[in-house]
Amino acid sequence: MQITSPAFKENARRALSDAQLQKALGHVRSGFIDKRQYAVEALPEFDALRDSARAIKDHTLAHLDLYLEAYEEKVKKAGGYVHWAETAADARNVILEICRAAGARTVTKGKSMITEEIGLNEFLEKEGVRPVETDLGEYIIQLRGEHPSHIIAPAVHLTRDQVEADFRRAHDHLPVARDLSEPESLLGEARRVLRYQYFQADVGITGANFLVAETGSSIIVTNEGNGDLTQILPRVHVVVASIEKIVPTLEDVSQILRLLARSATGQDMSVYTTLSTGPRRPGDPDGPDEYHVVLVDNGRSSMLGTEFQDMLRCIRCGACMNHCPVYHAVGGHAYGWVYPGPMGAVLTPSLVGVDKAGHLPNASTFCGRCEAVCPMRIPLPKMMRHWREREFSRGLNPATQRYGLRAWAMFARRPKLYRLASSFGIPLLSFFKGRKGSFRYLPLAGGWTRHREMPAPEGRTFMQQWRDRDAQKQEARA
Amino acid sequence: MSGREAILNKVRAAIGTAPEDAARAKIVKKRLANPPVGVIPARGQLPEEERVALFCLMAAKVSATVERVRKPGDVPKTVAAYLRSRNLPASVRMGADERLETMPWKALKSLEVKHGPATADDEVGVSHAIAGVAETGTVVLHSGGANPTTVNFLPEHHIVVVDAKEIAGDLESVFARLRQTFGKGKMPRTVNLITGPSRSGDIEQKLLLGAHGPRALHLIVVDGG
Amino acid sequence: MKSERVEESRRVGLFVTCLVDLFRPTVGFASVKLLENAGCQVDVPMAQTCCGQPAYNSGDRADAIAIARNTIEAFEDYDYVVTPSGSCAGMLKKHYPSLFKGDPRWEARAEAFAAKVHELVSFLVDVLGVRSVGAAHAGTVTYHDSCSGLRELGIREQPRNLLASVSGLELKEMRDSDVCCGFGGTFCVKYPEISNRIVEEKTANIRAAGAETLLAGDLGCLMNMAGKLERQGIDVKVRHVAEVLAGMDDGPAIGRGKG
Repeated sequence: MQITSPAFKENARRALSDAQLQKALGHVRSGFIDKRQYAVEALPEFDALRDSARAIKDHTLAHLDLYLEAYEEKVKKAGGYVHWAETAADARNVILEICRAAGARTVTKGKSMITEEIGLNEFLEKEGVRPVETDLGEYIIQLRGEHPSHIIAPAVHLTRDQVEADFRRAHDHLPVARDLSEPESLLGEARRVLRYQYFQADVGITGANFLVAETGSSIIVTNEGNGDLTQILPRVHVVVASIEKIVPTLEDVSQILRLLARSATGQDMSVYTTLSTGPRRPGDPDGPDEYHVVLVDNGRSSMLGTEFQDMLRCIRCGACMNHCPVYHAVGGHAYGWVYPGPMGAVLTPSLVGVDKAGHLPNASTFCGRCEAVCPMRIPLPKMMRHWREREFSRGLNPATQRYGLRAWAMFARRPKLYRLASSFGIPLLSFFKGRKGSFRYLPLAGGWTRHREMPAPEGRTFMQQWRDRDAQKQEARA
Repeated sequence: MSGREAILNKVRAAIGTAPEDAARAKIVKKRLANPPVGVIPARGQLPEEERVALFCLMAAKVSATVERVRKPGDVPKTVAAYLRSRNLPASVRMGADERLETMPWKALKSLEVKHGPATADDEVGVSHAIAGVAETGTVVLHSGGANPTTVNFLPEHHIVVVDAKEIAGDLESVFARLRQTFGKGKMPRTVNLITGPSRSGDIEQKLLLGAHGPRALHLIVVDGG
Repeated sequence: MKSERVEESRRVGLFVTCLVDLFRPTVGFASVKLLENAGCQVDVPMAQTCCGQPAYNSGDRADAIAIARNTIEAFEDYDYVVTPSGSCAGMLKKHYPSLFKGDPRWEARAEAFAAKVHELVSFLVDVLGVRSVGAAHAGTVTYHDSCSGLRELGIREQPRNLLASVSGLELKEMRDSDVCCGFGGTFCVKYPEISNRIVEEKTANIRAAGAETLLAGDLGCLMNMAGKLERQGIDVKVRHVAEVLAGMDDGPAIGRGKG
């Protein structure tokens, strides 16, 4: 997928003036926050579970090589295949080979962010294999030729009218006069259309929320059931997962599961939590004949042992973006790549380079709400700041910012000079405010005054007045 | 160098370890052999009767419908009544589960019972769960001839029978039981933890039931199972 | 003002903050008054400038460290360092130690300094045990929880408790009082359109609360919200919470003239 992160500012501007999008984004604010809050408050152990989950992931990352090996051994024992892909291209090629070997013309897909990351759909299409997204939101955006704007609600940027128009365009074999005015009818139509696809597909591709080293199981967590139909109906099931999805044991999974759905959608548990281990067993009347796991690195190992390692605890619940004022304002597409919101602001520079994604960690007010709700206690603002530090030390931020900062720092580092400048400048600035108390326009502060008034200084600085007060006190004493 | 070695080498270099570090291997082996139990919510830690009541409450909260019957023999007529109340055809799909097989289905002359995995035309599936989880109102099923996985997903209505005494307080207890049944580190092809009927919120965050899986999940809790 | 706890030594160094120094000295004097009323001996070291957040949050560690050293040196001798800003208090208390991690000469100094730092209102309530301020304010107010104070320092109930002791004052909570106002320091000038969208959301909630006055504990946020309210022509007065608590709320509100 093409990266438009360098054009974040233009993307954001466009998003802010897109009335449809702004209407749709209202649903993020109303749809997720209260439900999460309610679910969290109903579980007194929630914070203890966060600590537990963080410890599990930290332990796993510290022993990642060993858990990966243990996991691989179990998958093989269960009759499955494990493929290791260092890069996105490696992963795409392995998956294509599996599809070719299966003689696949159609593959169904469960919702998976990693296949977005490796650009799988475009690649398969180019190679003559037709990918069909089956998650309702993913299906909608596939019809539109778009990418997800949210990691758990891929079509959250759309309104129902837009979906209706897409369905009428794409399902042109259905009666024109049919009623699609309600979300129910849209869902019903997608269900019928996709039902047929599940039976057509030769290969089903899913992601994984967890890979369990103890048993060699992959786990998907969904609400629709599409991920299950995707993996039990076709002859071949391919799991694509990045290496940090490993969790040691079923007990460890249980801990994190209690956080995942509550943080994501405010459910205590998602509807379908499915553990898949190898292909169908002798005597099984259904299930896939082949089971493949494609383990993708694509930059994760380069985050290990750095100040960005904590990001590898992320379980992709989306709580950070659901609570982010910047995400609320501009939506997911403005971020310009696969992962939006605060987690994207940390992850994207790691995966595509800070030279391209430099805006993302800067476009944050550091309000800290993301970290406050992160079930895995990932210090997202801190890591965004680390990216800013790297940008600064490499001279990647705009020259005007750097010079402005330098000039300010020259004063801020020298209290006497600072005092002198402010005791001269501030009363002067205050003098110009006239009777109004604020400025409509101020030179060098256009970013501020374009949208709001600039409150004027009251008069002399506090320090000037304080010195006078001190002097008066001493005089009185003398 | 294979992708496998390249990735593992990068991981080891980042962690700062050698592959032959025995102390680390021991720690990992120990955790896999004896998984430490983490935080278990107090919510489900109840005596049996209250635990079952919590299970029913939690399941209803996620839009499952729940009925309790006194004994396994009551299940077929309860299923038939469910079909009638929903105006569904008198036909169900089920696997070869022993507990279901021994129930008096034949006594209901008008009810057709089809065996084997589900097809696209089946409207109602009947499964027997191996367990329930009280803390979330979840039922647990696994693949195999007894309860084919397609029965859980293809029909619009999924009826799941669960024995009251198999309802655990928490998820960990169910996993421990799976370990007992299948052996340490082994699993059936598919284990489904199902919590309510299928749903989607993908259009304007409006919650709708029956996305791809069943539109309705009906649970029959058997008290004297 | 009643104070329940009595301590022998209460020499407080006031970290005024650069914005209060330059734009709103009244907040500084209100802070001094509140602290003195609570039995503190207040001093204002002249060697202070800014807490260094503009540099720190722009990735400029070197300047942030230089400024932090100045600040620590200027305030080391006091029993407490108090500041009328959750954001600056968060910087001094939570982030200074991380700037000096692993620095043998400064790490311990930064830790010791951080331990003495408090945001003004939480200092009054949590450290000095102040329950009532003996001020009066006839009218309705709404309170915005600034992000750093709320999430880094856990300041939520303290200002509300003290406001409840102000006679004649009625608190009308706004929706989403804990959501960012879009200021974000340099963010508001680096991404003005996004910042504007966020503050519009905030002013809509402020207007809907129907209070006469908006209060908060951080001048940056207050200037942002006051500037937007003024531009939108929404008639809500904006003040730092310390002004009301100290009974120094008779002058023009933030961004308002004398006329």
